[in-house]
Amino acid sequence: MENFVISALVENKFGVLARVAGLFSARGFNIKSLAVGETEDPEVSRMTIVAEADEKILEQIKKQLNKLINVIKVQDLTGADCVDKELILIKVKSGTAKAREKIVQVVDSMGAEIVDIGKKSVTIEETGDEHKINALIELVRPYGILEIARTGKIALQSE
Amino acid sequence: MAKITGSEIFIKSLCEEKVKHIFGYPGGVLLPLFDKLYDEKSITFHLTRHEQGAAHAADGYARATGEVGVCIATSGPGATNLVTGIATAHMDSIPIVAVTGQVKSTLIGNDAFQEADMVGITRPITKHNYLVKDVRDLAQTVKEAFHIASTGRPGPVLIDLPVDVQLAEADFKYPKTIDMKSYKPTYEGHAGQIKKIVKAIEKSEKPLIYAGGGVILSDASGELTAFAKKANIPITTTMMGLGAFPQNNKLDLGMLGMHGTAYANLAVQEADLIIAIGARFDDRVTGRLDTFAPNAKIVHVDIDPSSVSKNVNVDIPVIGDAKVVLKELNKHIKKRDYSKWHNTIKKWKKELPLTYKNDNKLRPQYVVEEINNLTKDENVIIATEVGQNQMWAAQYYTYTKPRTWISSGGLGTMGYGFPAAIGAQIGKPDAIVFDIAGDGSIQMNIQELAMAVIEKIPVKIAILNNGCLGMVRQWQELFYNRRYAFTTLAEDRTNYHPDFVKLAESYGAKGIRVTEKEDVKEAIKASLKEKGPVIIDFIVEREENVFPMVPAGESIDRMMHGLA
Ligand SMILES: Cc1ncc(C[n+]2csc(CCOP(=O)(O)OP(=O)(O)O)c2C)c(N)n1
Repeated sequence: MENFVISALVENKFGVLARVAGLFSARGFNIKSLAVGETEDPEVSRMTIVAEADEKILEQIKKQLNKLINVIKVQDLTGADCVDKELILIKVKSGTAKAREKIVQVVDSMGAEIVDIGKKSVTIEETGDEHKINALIELVRPYGILEIARTGKIALQSE
Repeated sequence: MAKITGSEIFIKSLCEEKVKHIFGYPGGVLLPLFDKLYDEKSITFHLTRHEQGAAHAADGYARATGEVGVCIATSGPGATNLVTGIATAHMDSIPIVAVTGQVKSTLIGNDAFQEADMVGITRPITKHNYLVKDVRDLAQTVKEAFHIASTGRPGPVLIDLPVDVQLAEADFKYPKTIDMKSYKPTYEGHAGQIKKIVKAIEKSEKPLIYAGGGVILSDASGELTAFAKKANIPITTTMMGLGAFPQNNKLDLGMLGMHGTAYANLAVQEADLIIAIGARFDDRVTGRLDTFAPNAKIVHVDIDPSSVSKNVNVDIPVIGDAKVVLKELNKHIKKRDYSKWHNTIKKWKKELPLTYKNDNKLRPQYVVEEINNLTKDENVIIATEVGQNQMWAAQYYTYTKPRTWISSGGLGTMGYGFPAAIGAQIGKPDAIVFDIAGDGSIQMNIQELAMAVIEKIPVKIAILNNGCLGMVRQWQELFYNRRYAFTTLAEDRTNYHPDFVKLAESYGAKGIRVTEKEDVKEAIKASLKEKGPVIIDFIVEREENVFPMVPAGESIDRMMHGLA
């Protein structure tokens, strides 16, 4: 089974998220990430869904999504030529001055940013594709990760 | 323009949709709506005795007429009582609009008295549903609801209507047309794909049509019949497809699947081409999937893309409406000679007919056969409950016209048949309507006898009374060593629990009991003369089984046969 990425344009109405989520849960599929936001048309939202499934299940999911009355368009971006990005916030322990210095180096080298500094921790923000984000997580892991928040992937097909 | 209330808007919208009948039950939050409905002369309200009855009646009405059925219930328990009926309609793709009253919109989410989240509860069992929060959206919502319920692959739509929206005022203008950018079913089949079907038929030696309820839903029986005859191809139908093709034609093989005819199942396994039309390869049809139709190329015509290649991999899919696609197909089809194939099937029909022990005992199959003999030239609708009664009704009645078979296929809902028969009778007042029932199922919605008596709805309930939950007992007999765990309804066959004759009489209906085979005909004839509902309580053999039978999960040519 592999991760697939689906981008769905849906009507911006209450209850639509529940319909989409319900479609996955009713069939026992786990959603890895789901990001929703308005598009250029305020009546339309885009949902980017990452989930794990085989080919046959993926086919069914696409058809079932299309069948929902509030879904306007479904695109399968798995392996497609597209730009995808995700935003992450990582809170890392920074007890000693030395640790903090090291973290700053990592952050600089990755082109990330420190967005909050506390007494015992710093919070790093990073935007990028999956690889970049996973790399950052691994680099700061030795210092002690306290909390992570991720937006989930968003994607647009390339021209 | 003068403003009118939400209740009035709602009723005017139903009138625009040409709704003539509503089945329902009142309650607090529906008071404003019911008060206005009381004055509406063009709509007849039918007061069922349970909301489940209302949902099934709306569904039976829809199946018999092809129109959208409408049912209504109050918030909370009234609304949740509709759920089984909505799920039944959903599984069989039946167009109904279910309306539920809801608490005041400002109270929603507060656990208010008789509040239930109906949009949440029915999301997976409706084609779509709405909570109307603003009276100005009401007319548009009703328009969309009827449109969605009745187009594409039909299905139930629920409208949840808070009491304050019924009371609020707005201008009324019913939308003339509808354009939903997110909902556009495909009706035309792809021309190239249709050409591929024609080619596949030309190459085939042993083609078989497998038609389902979709043919009836799209009113395509005429086109299907023309297709089968023109192409000279034998045809089997699913249980939902009974009546889609005249069973008195020699091309007909009857029903396939778990309790299908032996020759239909053998034909599936032997065919080199299967043309599925408006059917969905349900597990009760396919049996063990990896051995289903091993030699066949598969064509699948369906309006719902998600039905295609869901269970069985399809070689030639055509997304479109059965009627439209068949019409197109009929233009290109030529008659071919399949005499060898027809002869093989003829041989199977002769060797392995549908049969039961024909002795002096009162057997349930005989009852269905006699109903068939006495009514087959009339305009008849057969509704059923669920279990053995349903299978015998499917096997031993000869269906020749669409919308004459009304039965819960997908959900298999006991208690469906009687209220559905009432709905069918209301939609088709000139038809003779039977509910072929089991003594278990009929008790699940027997309360509707009150409405049937009062409204003089002459539905005939033929109870095949075996004193047990027969279909479950059959499985226990065959697969659980005859351990009849909790399936006996009446141990003693002479003391009745209930006494259905007295029960009928207590409602003011006619009740007839038949214990001997020789009295079956007279009882059926007597029931046909009644102006109101009748119960005929046929006390039949307890341990009769439905055969042939494909055990669950087996290949469909591995059939168990009974004694003949
Ligand atoms: C509401 C509901 N509950 C339980 C079942 C499971 N079930 C299927 S057939 C059956 C027995 C039906 O008995 P009866 O109505 O007497 O009909 P028979 O099989 O004896 O003809 C049962 C319990 C069901 N289909 N529906």
